[in-house]
Amino acid sequence: MSDHKQHKLFEPALVSVALKQAFLKLSPKSMFRNPVMFTVEIGTAIMLIVTLYIKLTGSTTQGSFGYNLAVFIILFLTLLFANFAEAIAEARGKAQAESLRKTREETPAKKVFLIGEIFTDEVKVVPSSQLRKGDIFLCEAGDMIPMDGEIIHGLATIDESAITGESAPVIRESGGDKSSVTGGTKVLSDKIKVRVTTDPGESFLDKMIALVEGASRQKTPNEIALTILLASFTLVFTIVCVTLKPFGDYANTPITIAAFVSLFVCLIPTTIGGLLSAIGIAGMDRALRANVITKSGKAVETAGDLDTLLLDKTGTITIGNRKATHFWPANAVGKKEFFEVCTLASLADDTPEGKSIVELAAEKGIKASQLNVEDAVFIQFTAETRSSGVNIEGVRIRKGAYDAIRNIVQKAGHTFPAETEEKVKEISSNGGTPLVVSQNETVLGVIELQDIIKPGIQERFERLRRMGVKTVMVTGDNPLTAKYIAEKAGVDDFIAEAKPEDKMLYIRKEQEGGKLVAMMGDGTNDAPALAQADVGVAMNSGTQAAKEAGNMVDLDNDPTKLIEIVEIGKQLLMTRGTLTTFSIANDVAKYFAIVPALFVTAVPALQGLNIMHLASPESAILSAVIFNAIIIPALIPLALKGVAYKPIGASALLRRNLFIYGLGGVVIPFVGIKLIDLFLTLFM
Amino acid sequence: MNSEITGVIVTFILTLLIAFPLGKYIAKVFQGTPTVTDFMSPLERFIYRFCGIDPQKEMNWKQHMMALLSINLVWLVYAFFVLLFQSHLPLNPDGNPDMTPDLAFNTAISFLVNCNLQHYSGESGLTYLTQLIVITFLQFVSAATGVAAVAVLFRAFAEKTTEKLGNFFVFFIKTITRILLPLSIIMAIILVFNGTPASFDGKDSIVTLQGDSVQVSRGPAAGMIAIKHLGTNGGGWFGANSAHPLENPDYLTNMTEIIAQVILPMALIFAFGFFIRRRKLGYVIFGVMTLGMLTFMIPTLFSEMGGNPALAHMGLKDISAMEGKEVRFGVPASAYWQVMTTIISTGSVNSMHDSSMPLSGAMQMLGMMTNCFYGGKGVGLLNYFIFLIIAVFISGLMVGRTPEFMGRKVEAKEMKIAAIIALFHPFLVLVGTALSSYFAAHHPQIGWAVQPAAWFNNPGHHGFSEMLYEFTSASANNGSGFEGLGDNNIFWNISTGVVMILGRFIPIIGPVAIAGIMAKKKYIPESAGTLQTDTATFGIMTYAVIMIIAALAFFPALTLGPIAEYFQLY
Repeated sequence: MSDHKQHKLFEPALVSVALKQAFLKLSPKSMFRNPVMFTVEIGTAIMLIVTLYIKLTGSTTQGSFGYNLAVFIILFLTLLFANFAEAIAEARGKAQAESLRKTREETPAKKVFLIGEIFTDEVKVVPSSQLRKGDIFLCEAGDMIPMDGEIIHGLATIDESAITGESAPVIRESGGDKSSVTGGTKVLSDKIKVRVTTDPGESFLDKMIALVEGASRQKTPNEIALTILLASFTLVFTIVCVTLKPFGDYANTPITIAAFVSLFVCLIPTTIGGLLSAIGIAGMDRALRANVITKSGKAVETAGDLDTLLLDKTGTITIGNRKATHFWPANAVGKKEFFEVCTLASLADDTPEGKSIVELAAEKGIKASQLNVEDAVFIQFTAETRSSGVNIEGVRIRKGAYDAIRNIVQKAGHTFPAETEEKVKEISSNGGTPLVVSQNETVLGVIELQDIIKPGIQERFERLRRMGVKTVMVTGDNPLTAKYIAEKAGVDDFIAEAKPEDKMLYIRKEQEGGKLVAMMGDGTNDAPALAQADVGVAMNSGTQAAKEAGNMVDLDNDPTKLIEIVEIGKQLLMTRGTLTTFSIANDVAKYFAIVPALFVTAVPALQGLNIMHLASPESAILSAVIFNAIIIPALIPLALKGVAYKPIGASALLRRNLFIYGLGGVVIPFVGIKLIDLFLTLFM
Repeated sequence: MNSEITGVIVTFILTLLIAFPLGKYIAKVFQGTPTVTDFMSPLERFIYRFCGIDPQKEMNWKQHMMALLSINLVWLVYAFFVLLFQSHLPLNPDGNPDMTPDLAFNTAISFLVNCNLQHYSGESGLTYLTQLIVITFLQFVSAATGVAAVAVLFRAFAEKTTEKLGNFFVFFIKTITRILLPLSIIMAIILVFNGTPASFDGKDSIVTLQGDSVQVSRGPAAGMIAIKHLGTNGGGWFGANSAHPLENPDYLTNMTEIIAQVILPMALIFAFGFFIRRRKLGYVIFGVMTLGMLTFMIPTLFSEMGGNPALAHMGLKDISAMEGKEVRFGVPASAYWQVMTTIISTGSVNSMHDSSMPLSGAMQMLGMMTNCFYGGKGVGLLNYFIFLIIAVFISGLMVGRTPEFMGRKVEAKEMKIAAIIALFHPFLVLVGTALSSYFAAHHPQIGWAVQPAAWFNNPGHHGFSEMLYEFTSASANNGSGFEGLGDNNIFWNISTGVVMILGRFIPIIGPVAIAGIMAKKKYIPESAGTLQTDTATFGIMTYAVIMIIAALAFFPALTLGPIAEYFQLY
């Protein structure tokens, strides 16, 4: 994988940017987006006023100046820590996106100018920033592609390593599904004419950067629901703290403002409140590190909920395309003769299968170049005949599916040899594809094509199954072949003889059953299904239509990426859930630190409630707010990296996380507050 | 083992043995499948025809709530005016006066909302007529209202994606004809045979052993005492409630009454499991609620049986806390009652809660503060449902999936409602207590008919406990009192009246709304990644959510009341 994945968590350059941002984000306008931290800001402001009041008037009713100042400073730090968490997540996300974008800025572009109704070859070099959607530019060997676009003419090999980290060059050509080029990649050979598909600042990367930045970041549905829950906790504790004033008056227990504010800030869920947006940004950032550009944070979150994955067989489950693995000549047909006929039949067949036949024959010693192909008339494959071949000097060679060739043979009055028929069945039941070859309407033999299943794919599907995700293989193969491969690879279901609209139907059917479906695609004919799917991942090499339709773009063109995306989505939700639990569980210890401290002066018997044996009311309150503040930066690494997902089933996962973050959340602050108190007593 | 403790355990086991089959029966009643009480259907059909109810008409959750609220409003107006003019109406052999408007306001609400906070004494405050046509009537209909509301929840989760959630009036009427009436009749007969009066004659006069002549109140009490418990109402015929020898004559009636008040809340949990065909979920909910009950029960039993350390310091040995308790029941049976009556929102008492040990007082209040361990009839499960939704949400996130319960997603709208309901109870209790504390602390001599300074028989922390208890009881619709508080005056009648009515209807509308909204959602089939809500782990999670949200919000307040008393005593 590419090197830009190995960022350190806190790169010095990013930290300094984030520190500056942490202060800028103190503006109430931006704090208001986060109700929990906004109330902390109000509390901090109150403490500032109290501290100044004491300094100016020398009042002693609210405790000493130093104590109030300390509370103010700690609260202020709490705010900064929370802002820093968000800022560092933003900075990391932006840095990641920028490093991808940098390559494409201000490259010279050979723009083709349009005169009248026709394209002339008048070419001028302009900066890439002047290119607009619909403009045409030329790229030759050695040129950097200035903008995202679609090839309208020509074919070229392109080095996409800057984006994907994959060093092998890829071929892009006009028409079809491989016509898309990405800005920042380099043309290695040939010449292409490209139409610009996006305006500057509107490419997917630009959108992604905007998503990471605060302004256009929309809260996802789960984030909204969680914010509501956290806001309501904040409200409950507001009520708890405000009503404490008359309670204290009744009990003749004066409570200082510092104690009120401290109790409030400690009780409200500041830990999760401070880290919430950082977690969301880090989710998108993790997707980006996996070389997936997401068009919204919601898509990442949805990925965690996926129930069904539609995976193309080719390239995902099997390596590349089917390959010819065996020639099975019929009885009385010479091997060499058969190999030659097979080669002739496939010479004009540009499909990967056709090429593999030529390759296999070459391995057997047949050189295609040595064959006489003068006067050869190549017959292209049509849906009607379902066979292809060649006519050479009155010899009619045909290659095609079993039933298509059988039709030809039987129409001519010949019989289909029984042993070939046997072979055809045998190949089919082994998951292979038989191609029958005939010459002058007589069967010569069968070519066996086989799929090669990717190593390790079974384990990945098993992992998905344990996550509760169903995998569906989509293939153009006949049901028998499809079933064989499906079983071998361990997918749960398959769609055989799939047409593009079949994918669409399957997705709709699953969605009607309440399931969330993801698919990956690259072709224009995939676009409707990509749009219909809850998570549509378009390959970067795919057509513009596919990329527009999906809600994620995979820069690596790696179909197994869906699995990673699901895990990233789950991690995102889990990190939020566990930190919420941790944050709320912390309240138990904080109550036991602060509540006795509030009342112990007026009701000495309540010393019995001070089960941590904290030194004094002031040290208890300070210890609680200090713990509350430093737990935020302590958890930033976890928020950014995410809680590890383990596919062990939902109940086991809940048990595990409840134990670590729930029980841990109860115990850790007891220990932490006690230690801070011990430390403080050294100075107080 | 101590035979008194054995008595408590036997009581609990008997309760469970009755509640379980009863739950199965209730599920059948609401499913409309044949039951032994089908002989009631002609009566039901007559009621439907008489009232113009179309029993086939299915309602959505909003229509349910409209029906519930409008019929309750009618009862409220009716009850208020009858109480206001009761002395002019028949069946008043003792010549008791009309209620003052503020007391009538408080009392009408109190019984309408199944709270039964009583700022009067039945002997002198009501007539036989109002005891029957206001109090007993409301005890039936308020209990049936709660059950009808929870039946909507049953329906919402029994089917996939539906808006049709049954007919409110059918649920309501069937609850009365097939559950409350038959059980009340059986129980009233047991009470009558053990000495509870059922007579329309006025006060009787007896000569005591000392030779004094004493007037003894009576009345047609047995039927009312039956529904008082079965309906988790708790308002007593007599002022002393079930500590009164005629209201609760012996250990057998005591057992009957404490079993009667717990069976229906418990049965409804099992009924939920049977109705939605997920028994295991019912058992897990029951398990969590029982764990909650034990959390409050065990400290109460220990502190009550341990007795007051002040007495131990005086050299008295093995003295359990008998102050405020009846010798015919003893300490454990009274402690058991204290906890049960507070967690299930009955609020009837067989001992003075004011006299219990500080820790027991804290447990009684916590029982009402959480208000969902078994809980009031119908509403207990509805309250629990709110915490369950919050637990589902947090746990759902923890397992990396958008939270869902019973195949329906829990999203922002449901969270908003759940969050409002969860904070509403602490809001009512704390704001109410803050208000009374404010007047007591800053305006003790304000020119009211009863000055705040005169509210308290006990100043200090105990006085605070009394106020906190009063508002907690009102908001939880419990109805028991810590007593010792001068509460029949305008401040307490109005403030607790408002708290009671809000504390009743908002927490009913909220969960029903959530259930109704969720019922409409697309049903998502389960997968290996789906959070299972019928496991022990999820049960513990729910328990933790209840304890941390519901109980901890009250921690500072409790500290100034019972906890301070506790530490001063020990």
